[in-house]
Formats: sequence, structure tokens, C-alpha cells
Amino acid sequence: MCSPFCRANTRFAPTLFFLFLSNLTKEHPVDKDLILLGHGSGGRLSHQLLDELIIPTLSGIPTAGQNDAAILYHDGRRLAFTTDSYVVDPIFFPGGNIGHLAINGTVNDLAMVGAQPIAISVGLIMEEGFSRSELAEILRSMREAADQAGVVIAAGDTKVVPRGKADRIFINTSGIGFFRHELEIGGANARMGDKILINGTIGDHGVAVMSKREGLELGTDILSDCAPLNGLVESLLEEGSAIHVLRDPTRGGVATTLKEIAIQSNVSITLDEASLPLKGAVRGVCAVLGLDPLYVANEGKVLALVAPELAERVLKRMKDHPLGRDAAIIGEVTEGVGGKVRMVTLVGGTRAVEMLAGEQLPRIC
Amino acid sequence: MNGAFLEEFRNRELVQGLAKQIVRLAEGRETPLTFMEVCGTHTMSIYQYGIRSLLPDGVRLISGPGCPVCVTPVGYVDKAVAYARQPNTIIATFGDMLRVPGSSSSLMQERARGADIRIVYSPLDALALAGKDPEKRVIFLGVGFETTAPTIAGTILSAASRGRDNFFVLAAHKTIPIPMSILSDDPELAIDGYLCPAHVSTIIGAEAYRFLAEEHKVPCVVTGFEPADILQGVEMLVRQVVEGRSTVENQYRRFVLPEGNTKAKELLSRVFVPSDAAWRGLGVIPGSGLAIAPEFARFDAEKVLPVTVEEPREPEGCCCGEVLKGKIAPINCPLFGTACTPEQPVGACMVSSEGSCAAAYKYGQ
Repeated sequence: MCSPFCRANTRFAPTLFFLFLSNLTKEHPVDKDLILLGHGSGGRLSHQLLDELIIPTLSGIPTAGQNDAAILYHDGRRLAFTTDSYVVDPIFFPGGNIGHLAINGTVNDLAMVGAQPIAISVGLIMEEGFSRSELAEILRSMREAADQAGVVIAAGDTKVVPRGKADRIFINTSGIGFFRHELEIGGANARMGDKILINGTIGDHGVAVMSKREGLELGTDILSDCAPLNGLVESLLEEGSAIHVLRDPTRGGVATTLKEIAIQSNVSITLDEASLPLKGAVRGVCAVLGLDPLYVANEGKVLALVAPELAERVLKRMKDHPLGRDAAIIGEVTEGVGGKVRMVTLVGGTRAVEMLAGEQLPRIC
Repeated sequence: MNGAFLEEFRNRELVQGLAKQIVRLAEGRETPLTFMEVCGTHTMSIYQYGIRSLLPDGVRLISGPGCPVCVTPVGYVDKAVAYARQPNTIIATFGDMLRVPGSSSSLMQERARGADIRIVYSPLDALALAGKDPEKRVIFLGVGFETTAPTIAGTILSAASRGRDNFFVLAAHKTIPIPMSILSDDPELAIDGYLCPAHVSTIIGAEAYRFLAEEHKVPCVVTGFEPADILQGVEMLVRQVVEGRSTVENQYRRFVLPEGNTKAKELLSRVFVPSDAAWRGLGVIPGSGLAIAPEFARFDAEKVLPVTVEEPREPEGCCCGEVLKGKIAPINCPLFGTACTPEQPVGACMVSSEGSCAAAYKYGQ
């Protein structure tokens, strides 16, 4: 789950960050000054904060160039670099825990630019009084996930803050990856006619977490899809230049991710709702909570935009992989206004698809 | 939550067959037909499935005052904000209320400033909070129509039987039939029929609309939420108009009885008494609200914990009132999509997931 902040931020200077925090409180009127939860949702509000404040202050690299990981050039070699912080609540959820998430999320962000993840650093921030046995379980999960993805946990840091100053445990991971090919994979590379593929059912992670969250006993057995996607991506990259865009639809879901791609590539996208792989139970929980599964987070899914003539081959590669059995072609890049995403609904109507706005809140009746 | 059961009502052939039938019935009419839905879930469903794109030009669907959060006036939000600022107070609310702007703040801003505001999925969760934290007082924001009101009535009874003295309800419940009659008499709107709400009707029953059909001569069809339900509801309304009838028909017979849910109605009449209610856009409508009965006054936040608030100020330029009356489409509000967006809503209709402005913004026309 890469915060968009990490995207293409190749010249991060920590001191600037504190400078901007102190300035912020002086210059803005009260209501504009508040950082709201929605600013971290991955949707429109997050984009606004990035575009208006964080990126101009820290790096100046326009958002149009943002991908899941930054690409650095050194001695003629390309290197992918990314960072992400994990604050999921609850820390243990059906199908995984914050430890799996912290490794897989960073592995996936590297994989999404076509890099082979090599090494990961881990920063642990714990609240005084957190359980040692729970920490042990989280660490075991991190080791397991790293082994599964074939990455080394190479560096780390541990901090403990007084009770009440953090919520149990937060984890930051950063990762680097190398490239074994010359391909340019990125959100700006979608082309007219590209087919859009996904490797399985949508919304599983978000619904698994929400169903576990305190006060919401929905009694479902939906498991998070949290998984390392680098193996699957490696297989897809065998199709070479047919692969134009790879993106993991984490926070903000498939809708927000496709809208980002449509804007970055200045293309129009048409989705076919009937083709979207969706578990019946996920659809049911979403209906009860008033959520739209298109906006619910995934942690083991990749959206691939690929040349139409090779789409079936790529689909077969997905289906042949254990993480892609329910893969499907869910839409295509079509004629039309750049930056627009439309969906042909289940019943044959059409509607627009926009980014997640603010927090996704449950409805009231 | 039975996925397979819902599938039948999302069948593309069935829906398109109904759409064709509507085209045939409405063919050759000189004036367009205007049908109003008065339920936020209908509004959402119509946008989400692109239902309007399936209807002929001569059949127009407009949204009325069906979103419970949207019809809640600014003064109510101001009171909730005032309570949120008091010490030792937990505000328990359905999620949609968080971002509704009051005269000078919103609950979301108060939460960011440190107020204890919890999102709950049921009023019973709010009562449980009061049990867990007896030192604090828990104020539940009771907004909603006849669907939500019985659960709150049940919760008040439960609080009474447990002798809970730190649980309060800020009640602003509303009943829908009287506002429907006022709108049906408005010559500017010229409503040709009502898609009567599904959930509300499970409680109050189809017969509750009889006076609309007989005295106000407006065709009524109690309609479900799925695309095939809505298309069939529209088809039944067109048929009534074409045949010159105005009667109450029940498309949603799988859940709605003529007399409704008598147990829930008993609960309502035990705990609430009819009252005048203030509606955003419609003003104070006599007999359109449910106030907490004197017997249970000790749970009534307004009676037990009076607060004074500033004179409520409607946001400048906001057309929520006209949108809620169906007089203008969201897109025709000068603030829509520019000054008023889901991230920074000016009016309540842009906040709630069931608000017509939020739906129009998210799903397009």
C-alpha cells in the first residue's frame, strides 16, 4: 500500500518536512489547516495534499510522473526505490496481519514499475505496553512474507513511544529493486486499444479488515488478498513490450487507480462491470455498508494495461499463476476525452467512475 | 446478503426488456413524464446502474427529499457540534453525519480537533459505548426516516430497562408521506408519479401512500432497489399515467406488506410522538417528525442537556433546498463541482453517500 507520497520522490530531504509543518500552522485559516483522515485515504483529498503542498515543497516533481516506486539512475543502471508506512487497524485481520502487509506492500510497489525487489528496510514504531508475543507473531509474518517474495530484510530501526502516542504498532518499510529488462512500465504508458486485466476478485482486503474492525460484526469469512505480486509480474513481463502499465489498486480501489492512469496517460477508459471479478460475500457486505467495491482496497491485485493483440496470452499467464486464477479482462482504453473513466453497468447503462472522495464512510440506512 | 438472490434483479436482458416496454408505453406522448424518488438508496441505485441512460427522453427521474442526512437542517448539526465540544462527551453517529457542514464547523473538524466522535452502525452500538464508559455521557445522533427510527426506539427501551443514565438521543427523525403530499401539489414540479421508498415502506406499509393517490391524484408505486425493481416501478407508473389511473401499487411485494411491519409501528408509537420537524429546503412541516415521548424524556438530549447555538446560517449560494425539492438537478447548482465537492462540501447533498449531489458527482449524469 504505497502512499502516493513515495511516488517519484527522488530527492526527499527530511528537514524540509519539519519546516513545512511549522509554517503550515501559521499561514492557513483554521478549517483549512486541519489534516483530516481523508487526506490519507489515497483518494482525491490525498492527491490534493500531495499536489498543493507535499510535492511542491519537497521535490517539485509533477504528479503526472508518479508511479508506485521512484526510478533512480546510477552508473547507467536503473534502480527502483520506494517507501510506505502501515497503520492498519486492526493489526490482525482475516487472512493476514500488519507484518505481511508491510512486506508485501513494498514488494508490490517495486514490482509495479517492473523491478525485481532485492532488499527491504523495516522501521518499527511501538506504543509502550504493546505485547511482545504479538510483536513476535508480526515479525514471523514479516520473515515469512520476505522469504516468499525472495527479498532480504537488510536494515531496520525500532522506536517505542509513550502510551497513547501511537496506536499499538506502526511499521514503515522501504525497498529497492533492480531491473532485468529495458522495459518502461508506468502509469503514463497506456495506449489506445489497450486491454485492462486484473488478476482476481476485487475488494477482499478492505472488506476483510472492515469486517474485523471493532463494532462491526458481520460474521463473514472473507480473507484479505494480501500477497507478494513480484512472481506474477515476473511472469507477465515475459510478454515484453506488450505490458504498458502495472498498478496495484490499494487504497482508493480499482476506480481510483484507473482514474489515475487515465489522467497520467491522458486516455479514456471504459470498464465492463459484468466482467469485474467480485466475491458474492464481498458484494453483500458492501451492499450492507453502502460501500462500492470499486473503491475498496486490495493488497494482492495488479491492474495490467496490455497491448490488445497479446491480451489473451497475458490473461493465460495470469490464470496459470496461483495468484491469478480468477483473472479477467475488465475493460479497455477507448476513444474519448483524456482522463475519463466510464463503466458499462451490469444492466447495460453507463456511468462515470471518479476517484474516491474523502474517507469511504458507511451509510446510515 | 444473498448474492444469488440479488443477481436475478440485475439481469441485463430482464432490465433491457423492461426499458423497451417503457419506451413503447411512453411513445407519442407530447409532454415528458416526471417521476420522483424519495429515497437515498433509490437515488444511488439509479446513478450507480446508469438507469437514466436506459430511459427514453420522455421519462424523467428526479430525486426528492429522500436522503436523511441531507434533509437534516444546519441547526441540528450546530447542536451536535456544540455537544461534541463539551467535556466528558462521546458523540455516536452514523458515518454520513461527520462531514455535513454546520454554520461554522462540522463533526469531522471537531474530531480532528480532539472531540470524541465514534462512528456506529447501529444505535445499540452507541448504547454499548455508554455501558463501557459509564463516566462519560454518550449522545447518539438520531437522524433518519421510519426505517431507522424503530431501531432507535428499541434502543431507548433497552436503555430504559437497563437503567442507563448516561445515554441520550438527539432526535430528528422524520416521516416521509406528508412532504410527499406537499411536493405533489407543487405546480412547478408537476410530479406525475412517485417511486415510493423500499425500506421505509417495509415499516409503514404500502397503504400509507393511499391518501396521496386518492386525494392528491398522484400515482404511487412502492419500488425495490435493484435495477429490475426500479425499471419495473417506472413501467408501472407509466402504465398508470397512460391508463389515467392514480392508485397505490406494490412492486416490492417480496418485502412490503400493505399494513407494513406492525411490531415496528408499535415500537414507534410507544417511544415517539408525532411532532413538527424542520427539513432542509422545505422548512418546518407540521406533523412530519418523531419526537421522543414524555415517558422517555430522560433520554432526550435536547430536554436534559440543553445547549445554545448560534443562529443557523445556510451556506451562501448553496442550492441543497432546491435540489431536495427536485426543482433543480445537482449539476445546475452554480457551486456543483467547483466550490462544492465531496472533499469540501458546501451543502449536505454533496456529503452523504445517498445525497443526489454526491451521487451525481461520483457517477456523472
